[in-house]
Amino acid sequence: VSPARAPRAERDRARLLILDPRSGDLHDGELLDLPGLLGPGDVLVVNDAATLPASLGAELVATSPGQRAASQDEATIELRLAGIDPEDEEGERWRAVVFGRGDWRTRTEERAAPPPITVGDVLAIAAAALRATIVAVSAESPRLVTLAFDRRGAELWSALYRAGRPVQYSHLEEALELWSVQTSYASRPWAVEAPSAGLGLSWRLLGALRARGVVVATLTHGAGLSATGDPELDAALPLPERYDIPAATVAAIDHARANGRRVIAVGTTVVRALEASARAHGVLRAGTGVAELKLSARHRLVAVDGLLTGIHDPSESHFALLGAFAPRALLLAAWHHAARAGYLGHEFGDVMLVAAPPAEQPADHHHHPHQGTALQSRNKPPLGPSSRSVASHTAVSAVCSNASLAWLRDGSTEGHTALTLIPSPASSRPSARVSARMPDAPRSTESPRGSPSPSSDSPRAFDTRTMRP
Amino acid sequence: MKLTGRNVVITGASRGLGRALAFELGRRGARLVLVARPSAELDRTVAELCAAGVEAWALGADIGDKHAIVPLAAQAAALAGPVDILVNNASTLGPTPLRPLLDTECEDLERVLDVNVVGPFRLTKALAGAMALRGEGVVVNISSDAAVAAYAGWGSYGASKAALDHLTRIWAEELCEHGVGFLSIDPGEMDTAMHAAALPEADPQSLAPPAQVARHIAAWLEDGAPSGSRLITPSAPLAQEVTS
Repeated sequence: VSPARAPRAERDRARLLILDPRSGDLHDGELLDLPGLLGPGDVLVVNDAATLPASLGAELVATSPGQRAASQDEATIELRLAGIDPEDEEGERWRAVVFGRGDWRTRTEERAAPPPITVGDVLAIAAAALRATIVAVSAESPRLVTLAFDRRGAELWSALYRAGRPVQYSHLEEALELWSVQTSYASRPWAVEAPSAGLGLSWRLLGALRARGVVVATLTHGAGLSATGDPELDAALPLPERYDIPAATVAAIDHARANGRRVIAVGTTVVRALEASARAHGVLRAGTGVAELKLSARHRLVAVDGLLTGIHDPSESHFALLGAFAPRALLLAAWHHAARAGYLGHEFGDVMLVAAPPAEQPADHHHHPHQGTALQSRNKPPLGPSSRSVASHTAVSAVCSNASLAWLRDGSTEGHTALTLIPSPASSRPSARVSARMPDAPRSTESPRGSPSPSSDSPRAFDTRTMRP
Repeated sequence: MKLTGRNVVITGASRGLGRALAFELGRRGARLVLVARPSAELDRTVAELCAAGVEAWALGADIGDKHAIVPLAAQAAALAGPVDILVNNASTLGPTPLRPLLDTECEDLERVLDVNVVGPFRLTKALAGAMALRGEGVVVNISSDAAVAAYAGWGSYGASKAALDHLTRIWAEELCEHGVGFLSIDPGEMDTAMHAAALPEADPQSLAPPAQVARHIAAWLEDGAPSGSRLITPSAPLAQEVTS
C-alpha cells in the first residue's frame, strides 16, 4: 500500500474499505458512505485531541567545562515530545524522544543517533528561547527521556507553539503545516501525532451521521509517537498515554450496548482509552486515566464493537492492534486487496471500517455495499448526503431556528450538559428557504441560495424580533 | 446559562470592552483566556483578574495573523480546558483619522478584513468544531451600528462588521442543530480608546462605560437569546443596576 503523499484537499474524500470480521466479506466504498453503513443508535466515538507542534530543534548545552567534546553537529538534535509525563500530576514534565541531526526528508529509521544524553543535561530549544533539563533517561531506550522545561503555564505553551513544528513524515511531498494535522473538532492539544483516523471526518459527514441518528461522541486521548528510530523502543510503543472520557460519552456507549447497538471507535487511540477505562474499573467510567494497555489479538474487547482506522501495513505496529477486531488472515486479505486496488496508506491515506453489520436492521439501513459479492470492486461515485438526510436535516434546522438558547440552567460547573432548546414565540421561516440554504443541498441547482430579494431591511430592522423573516 | 466554571476566550481583551467583559464574566465565575497583541496592558489585566480570585490566562496573538489561530485555539484549551464561549471582540478601525473610501488603500481594507472578519472566522472554525461535537457552546461576535448604517469615512470598518454580522447568522443556521449558539452584539457608542481614535471630538460623558455594556452582554449570556440574533445594547444601565 503506497503512502498518501500530501494532506487531502477535501478532508472527507477518502476511500473506505469495509471488512466484516465475521464473514470476511470485503467491500470498496467511500468515506462519505459511512452514514449508510451505521444505523440510528450506533455510537461513533472520536478522539478530539488537537495535535501539538511536537518537533523541536535543540542544542545540547555543555553543563560544565570540558564535560563534553561534542561537535556542533553532534550537539544539534531534534526532540519529539511524546506527551506530558503521565506520572506528573502538575503536568510540568514531558517525555520526549531524541533524534540526531537531520530533517524530515530522512526516514525516522535512518536518522542519525543522538549523542549520549544523561540526567542533568540541558537542552537549548529554538536558539535558547526555551530550555529544558533532562530529569530521567528511560531504561527502555537511551533515546526516551523525561524533561522539565524552564517555564510553565501560558508561557510554556506559547513557547512550545512558537518553537515547535508538527512531527514530519519523509513520505510526504512537502513539510506539514500545523493546521494540516488537526481534525475538524480538535480541542485540547494532547496528541503529538494526529489521531489520523479522524482526519477525514468533515462536518458535512458528521452532520449526515447525526441526521441519521448515529450518536457522535468524543473523548480526549494523548496519541503518542508512531516511530522512534529505535527498534527496541518501537516495540514498546504505544507508551502509557493520558485519556479523558466525558460522562456523556459513557452514557451514550452504555445506552447503545444495552440496546444492541454498535460502538465504533475512530482510531486505535479511542479503543485504547475505552478499553483501558473498562479494564481499570471493571466498567467504563467517565474521567481521566492513563492507558497502559496494549491491544492485540489476545485482547477481548468489552467497550468497542468496531473500528474506523487507516490502511495499515502488516509491518506496522498498528497492524497487530487490529487483531483485536478481526482474525489476522482476514486482515492480511484486506491489506492485499487494498494494495491491489490502489488504496493509500499512512496519515492522509484511505480508511478501513472493521465492523460486523448489526444483528438486525431494517432493510434500507444496509443498502450498500454489503449486498455485493466479496472483493467485488465497484467504482461508485462519492455519495453526497442522501435526499433523506437533507430532509431530516431541514426539519431539525427549522425547529432550531425557532428556538431560544438557554444553556445549562442547572448551574453545574463540571461536565458538559447539552444545552436545552426552548421553543420561542418567534415566527418560523418557511422550510423551503431553509433547505435552499443548507450547505450540502444538491449542487446541481443553478442558484443554491435561491434568488436574493432586494433588501428592504432598514438598519433598525436588525433587532432580535425582526431579524428572522 | 450559569457562567460559573465556564471556559471563555475573549479577544481584544487588554482594554476597552474586552477588558470590561473579562472582569464581568470573571466576577460571575467564568474561567478566562484573554487574547490580545502582547503588551503590558494584557499582562496587567490578567494580573488584576488573578488578584481578584479569577482564573485567567494571557495569550499574546494578532488575530489578523493566520499562523496565530490554530496555536491560539489549542493553547486556550490546554490552559483552561475545552472552550465553552468565544467572544470575538478584537477589531481594528484601520488607519485613523478615518478617511473616505477613495482615499483608502486596498491593503488597509485587506488588513481590516483580516482582523475583523477572517480572523474571527478562523478562530471560530478552530474552536466551534469541538463545541459542536460536545453539543454546546456559544460564540459572540462584537459588531457595530456601522454594520447597518452607512457612515462616511467608516467604509472598511463598516463593511467588515456587516460581513461579520452575516457570518454570525450563517454560523447560527449551520450549527444550531449541533447545539452551538451565535450572537452578534452591537455595543453602541462606548468610552474607549477606539472610539476616541475614530471620533476624538466626542464628549466621553455622552458615551456608555464599557463596564455597563459588559453587564448587558453577561445578562444575555445568562438569560439566553435566540441563536443568530443581532442584539443592540441599550444605552441605559441594566434595570437591576438602577434599582440597586
